[in-house]
Amino acid sequence: MVTLKINGTEAVVAEGATVLEAARNAGIYIPSLCQHPKLTPFGGCRLCLVEIKGLPRPVTSCTTPVSEGMEVVTTSPTIERLRKTVLELILSDHPNDCMVCEQAGTCTLQELAYEYGIRENRFEGERRIYAKKDGNPFIERELEKCIMCGRCVKICDEVQGVEAIEFGYRGFDTKICTSFEDDLDCEFCGQCVSVCPTGALTGKLWSKQGRKMGVKEVDSTCPYCGTGCTITYHVKNNEIIRVTSNDDTPNEGLLCVKGRFAYKYVSSPDRLRTPLIKRDGLFFEAGWEEALGLIAERLQGIKAEHGPDAIAALSSARCTNEENYAFQKFIRAAVGTNNVDHCARL
Amino acid sequence: MMHNITVKVCMGTGGVAAGGGEVLDAFLNEISSEGIAASIEKRCSPGKVGCRGLCAKDVLVDVIIGNSKVTYQHVKTDMVPRIVKEHILESNPVLEWAVGEDYHNFHDRQQKVVLSDCGNIDPEDINAYAAVNGYIAARKVVTSMTPEDVISTIKMSGLRGRGGAGFPTGTKWEIAGKQDAKTKYLICNADEGDPGAFMDRSVIEGNPHAVIEGMIIGAYAIGADKGYVYIRAEYPLAVERLKKALDDARTENFLGKEIMGTSFNFDILIKLGAGAFVCGEETALIASIEGQRGMPRAKPPFPVYQGLWGKPTVINNVETLANVPYIMRNGPEWFASFGTEKSKGTKVFAITGKIKNSGLIEVPMGIPLREIIYDIGGGIEGGRQFKAVQTGGPSGGCIPADLLDTPVDFESLAKVGSIVGSGGMVVLDETDCMVNIAKFFLEFTRAESCGKCVPCRIGTKRLLEILERITKGEGKPGDIALLEEMSVDIKMASLCGLGQTAPNPVLSTIKYFRHEYEAHINEKRCPAGVCKDLLTYSVLEEFCKGCGACLRACPAGAIKGEKKKPHIIDPSVCIKCGACLDVCKFKAVKKE
Ligand SMILES: Cc1cc2nc3c(=O)[nH]c(=O)nc-3n(C[C@H](O)[C@H](O)[C@H](O)COP(=O)(O)O)c2cc1C
Ligand code: SF4
Ligand code: SF4
Ligand code: SF4
Repeated sequence: MVTLKINGTEAVVAEGATVLEAARNAGIYIPSLCQHPKLTPFGGCRLCLVEIKGLPRPVTSCTTPVSEGMEVVTTSPTIERLRKTVLELILSDHPNDCMVCEQAGTCTLQELAYEYGIRENRFEGERRIYAKKDGNPFIERELEKCIMCGRCVKICDEVQGVEAIEFGYRGFDTKICTSFEDDLDCEFCGQCVSVCPTGALTGKLWSKQGRKMGVKEVDSTCPYCGTGCTITYHVKNNEIIRVTSNDDTPNEGLLCVKGRFAYKYVSSPDRLRTPLIKRDGLFFEAGWEEALGLIAERLQGIKAEHGPDAIAALSSARCTNEENYAFQKFIRAAVGTNNVDHCARL
Repeated sequence: MMHNITVKVCMGTGGVAAGGGEVLDAFLNEISSEGIAASIEKRCSPGKVGCRGLCAKDVLVDVIIGNSKVTYQHVKTDMVPRIVKEHILESNPVLEWAVGEDYHNFHDRQQKVVLSDCGNIDPEDINAYAAVNGYIAARKVVTSMTPEDVISTIKMSGLRGRGGAGFPTGTKWEIAGKQDAKTKYLICNADEGDPGAFMDRSVIEGNPHAVIEGMIIGAYAIGADKGYVYIRAEYPLAVERLKKALDDARTENFLGKEIMGTSFNFDILIKLGAGAFVCGEETALIASIEGQRGMPRAKPPFPVYQGLWGKPTVINNVETLANVPYIMRNGPEWFASFGTEKSKGTKVFAITGKIKNSGLIEVPMGIPLREIIYDIGGGIEGGRQFKAVQTGGPSGGCIPADLLDTPVDFESLAKVGSIVGSGGMVVLDETDCMVNIAKFFLEFTRAESCGKCVPCRIGTKRLLEILERITKGEGKPGDIALLEEMSVDIKMASLCGLGQTAPNPVLSTIKYFRHEYEAHINEKRCPAGVCKDLLTYSVLEEFCKGCGACLRACPAGAIKGEKKKPHIIDPSVCIKCGACLDVCKFKAVKKE
């Protein structure tokens, strides 16, 4: 353990922690845009600058490891001035369209601009403008809004292991690119979208569906596979308009393309809403009582006539662990056969 | 007695460009031709040498007979037969082609350590380096000294890094030496990317073995078994000579396994640079060797603790390393006898700009700027007025005339708002606009910023925009204050040395030449007559003879007038090319 002083108060943290982690641990707020707990430190946004006694210039707390006896000051007139300058510089190259931005209300940049009360900007100047060309069905990239925090690049590389995107070009022209600036063609896990602190990366399906107002958040479990990621449905007017996942879930906020983007089936008119029973080669809608009754009757009949091993059962990877457990228990104990398997074996 | 005859043809990049290869061939042909061959061939060996500094006078050729040396300048192939006939055969030097006083002045005030063998020996011949005591120091170090002894010798010499920051080399080695790690690396930084700088290139082109020997000694001191030279891909001649030198050193067992019969293993790989200025920054350089985009990362951890592939790594500049064999050979006291209290030894500078003798020089630290510019450099071209000298490239600042007595060392230049940097020195005269100079450097840093951090990526762009506005006559009151405010914040908040120093050219020009900024902003006037948008060309009626020369020269048709009557320039049509000013014989065109 390491003992240090933050704003005059003693704090004890594990060795190897960063100053930013130590401060947050102690309940002290330090703003930042590029730091993310899942990712290695970047140090690009410069908002988490702090003063450390003995160092000639402010340093980024997200990249600086704590050391015994360190004395940290997280806010001072100089530090606040630098933070404001940095924010003004970012905003001088950012479209002022929070009014229509998907991210409004959940945008870290917007929140910081609000916190620092940035209305006038000393640094008006040229802004980046890009021709949009992504044909992919899932991810909207509005690179004018990108603040180059590098989170998307890092999560794609360090967490997803795909490396679909990288920094390209230099200086003011720096931009997050795919190889050869082709259309994005990756796993579409959307991890990058989930960590983007601005409206630069959003889901195409979310467009104009709703932001915060009138939206209910419902925690649930993703029905696509047995992993059972915890997800949050954003529901407006009884329609799912977006799926997200919180960092404090067993899946740590990570989802796959299906869990994150394939939620439209829920209200699809093609979706089955009742069991169907086939009679004379045609399906007819039935009630659950009737359908389950029919299954029970047929299972009992086959078992009586041919013995339990004439029955085999296959369950689904889309069921949860618990459901699969109950199912094999039922087949083994109630039906009386070990002929039970699971489609994931295929 | 018959003396040996040596002919040395300069074949640094400047020499090669001026035709050094052809001149050398001409000497070889001439000497081997009939008649001449019989009488002298065996005693005469023409050869190539690296840069000797005064590139403006290339091709430079030394003809050395016994102890007497004559240097010829601007040598062309057709001059060779006469030199061979009169000088080599008849011992009558062709004095009208020999260098003059300024060549000697250029060299007399210099103190050569790193460059002492550059321009003297054939850089592609390991035996030539051996003949000037090359590799003796490395042999002594690996066979008879402990790493601690080597480090304490370097510490005693007071050698500080020549790559820009001036960090004490011995201390860096000491920290790396103390790291308990199986693998350590030594990297030679040859990414030299400052506009106008060619110190490191000349050292590698002129004496690559000195750099290699320095690396062997450094690697032994810190316990590294692998080294890299990270070199600009835009330096093909340096790369070629370095490759050959490494091969030759391996053949001689100066590199490889069990060097010189000891248990010490060390080899060096060449890594071509990625073409970005920022890759010269040590953490970006490491990322680049690792195959990533060259973006700096925050320090700590410093590379001596966690560098290439996470291992302790020393990064030293070319010139720093090339000093090392000379220090080990001649002793730390000898080295420390040059320079000042805190800045020991010599420094190589590339002087360019409005100076008579532009080229490569090596001077003792602490020499006043005035001596460099007037004694070595021969003063300002064309008899114009000196205005400022820019040192340290895009990270440095401009030093005005009244500070010309400032000694050139790390501390003194920092005190006047500039830096020694890697050794670029651009001399400016009255025809240079200081706002425009600041703009030039900001154009460079804006384009070369890696884009990682906000203050540098967007800040340099905004600084540049304001400077552009000012030079276009669109400056606003408050612009100077805004530039200063931003500059201070960009310096403080940026991640790496690039952003932390990028505003220096702006701050130092405002500090010493504020009146030029004010003239641009308040009076919409460029005092040096450089900023096109602020210039007006007009005809002075009283001098104009109505000869029509300007009218015919103007490509835009902006000039009207009848023969023998004063002409008139229409400012709305004038494109400010200056053609009228150039052709007028009567000084009747005024530019302001
Ligand atoms: C933007 C930037 C560019 C640099 N370029 C070079 C370079 O081209 N060559 C060099 O030796 N050092 C360069 N440096 C300095 C290196 O980071 C490092 O300090 C140096 O190589 C250390 O060697 P030294 O101790 O021998 O000076 C650069 C630094 C910055 C911030
Ligand atoms: S969607 Fe997933 S794979 Fe594609 S770029 Fe984003 S993080 Fe990488
Ligand atoms: S797209 Fe978003 S996450 Fe990626 S660098 Fe830009 S702002 Fe950061
Ligand atoms: S200061 Fe400039 S070059 Fe250095 S990390 Fe920041 S953006 Fe990159």
